[in-house]
Amino acid sequence: MNPVIQPLGDTALVLSVSATLEDQRRLWIMQKLLQQQFPAWWVVLGVGNLTVRFDPMIEDASVIEHGIELAWQRSQKRMEVASRHHDVPVVYGGKAGPDLARVAEHAGISPAQVVERHAAAQYVVFCIGFLPGFPYLGGLDPQLATPRLDKPRIKVPAGAVGIGGAQTGIYPSASPGGWNLIGHTDLRLFNPAMIPPALLAPGDTLRFVPTEVRA
Amino acid sequence: MSIAILKTGALATVQDAGRYDGAQWGVPRSGVMDIPAWLIGNLLVGNEPDQAVIEITLGGFKAQFETDCLIAVTGAIAPVTLDKQDIGQWRTVSVKAGQTLRVGFAETGARMFLCVSGGIEVPLVLGARATDLAGGFGGFQGRALKAGDALPLGEPQGPAPHASVRPPPRGDFLRILPGTEWSAFTIAAHQTLLSEAWVVTPDANRMGARLAGLSLPLAQPLEMTSHAVHPGVVQVPPSGQPILLMADAQTTGGYPKIAQVIRADLWRIGQYRPGEAIRFIEVTLGEALDTLSAQRRWLAQLETQLKWRASRST
Repeated sequence: MNPVIQPLGDTALVLSVSATLEDQRRLWIMQKLLQQQFPAWWVVLGVGNLTVRFDPMIEDASVIEHGIELAWQRSQKRMEVASRHHDVPVVYGGKAGPDLARVAEHAGISPAQVVERHAAAQYVVFCIGFLPGFPYLGGLDPQLATPRLDKPRIKVPAGAVGIGGAQTGIYPSASPGGWNLIGHTDLRLFNPAMIPPALLAPGDTLRFVPTEVRA
Repeated sequence: MSIAILKTGALATVQDAGRYDGAQWGVPRSGVMDIPAWLIGNLLVGNEPDQAVIEITLGGFKAQFETDCLIAVTGAIAPVTLDKQDIGQWRTVSVKAGQTLRVGFAETGARMFLCVSGGIEVPLVLGARATDLAGGFGGFQGRALKAGDALPLGEPQGPAPHASVRPPPRGDFLRILPGTEWSAFTIAAHQTLLSEAWVVTPDANRMGARLAGLSLPLAQPLEMTSHAVHPGVVQVPPSGQPILLMADAQTTGGYPKIAQVIRADLWRIGQYRPGEAIRFIEVTLGEALDTLSAQRRWLAQLETQLKWRASRST
């Protein structure tokens, strides 16, 4: 997919590339480059896309567009993205993961095998969004992909580990949610009193470490 | 120096301009839903224009002042009284310790702003005093106000203009530009968006307003990954019923964006009550920028005037 830049209203431009890890890696580099070079722009990462928001009375959209194009080209030279690895302790099943059986049934394997596969993968943080500190993770075993619940829960507790479609993730704060909940972690993903407030950053890697598996 | 909250109505929160740097961590902007009303209200009470205020939703608000201060109630038009005396809005009012303010139900618009000299002195969290209701931080203890709260006030900052300002009319339409997925919708969907009167449903809050009307179909199913969203985006979930995103909108979303309300009209999006109808009008980018430029000029001239009057009132 060729990079495409489109306007979103009068105050944002959106760069769309492909949702592959390779392109996402370039977006991480771009985000860093743009933040350093143009601190007044608001740069927001998505999965396979990057949005720059700006004040159209101060900045000209064509200048922003040029800046995005240049940064995309420069991101091709392999620059290392400073990243960290996180081990996330998880209690699977029981009250901590009420949908573990549902995921197992959908995948046609046992709950213990779901835990094994979920904990075997190394995940990559594609971006942070949706909720404060919420990581979009790449790397879920395709066999564990499970459709969202027909009726979303009114309240999913903070620390819930879930699978929604082909994605897995951790709820950093209590919120409504339609993901299948398979476990729970006590790790705090978001703390507004810290800078940065989010524990995870784009490019970080992560593994789920089962501390307990309940029936 | 504080204000005692006696009644909050549907929702009252402490807000300022919001968190502009938070999107990289998934933190919504939050902040007041009506920037001009907040800015002018602060100027009317002699504040620097960036102070925190109380945003009142729909009305039914009551508070008692524990200290002498200056106030201005801006935003939507509602009956406002001080010790049962009508005091009006969009003007500087002197308040004595012990007096009680009532903000009745909005007659035009939906959100009022109680601006107080010195500002609402809550701690800065991630660079702002705005309440993040979903995240549970910022504002007053990270939550909506409730009866019994005592909000601390800051030191009065400067002379006030003791003036009144004519409120800008909200109007019945919002100007839009096509969203990034505009062309993924059918021609009929485009026509429907621009011809239908979109009724704000009761499912409307600071995150967004679900609009009722005809369905807006896609030309063909569209698989989308997550991408940035922000206030003023009109996104369409699979139901076909659009959602207009507001100040507390999450930072990323996965629904196609059919339109974006122009920057100059963002202050209007939170001024519709459930049951009221919105009409969308498509404009060109040039028109959007001209409108924004005119709005900035109006605000800058007002600021100069009000500061000049304040300097003469000492």
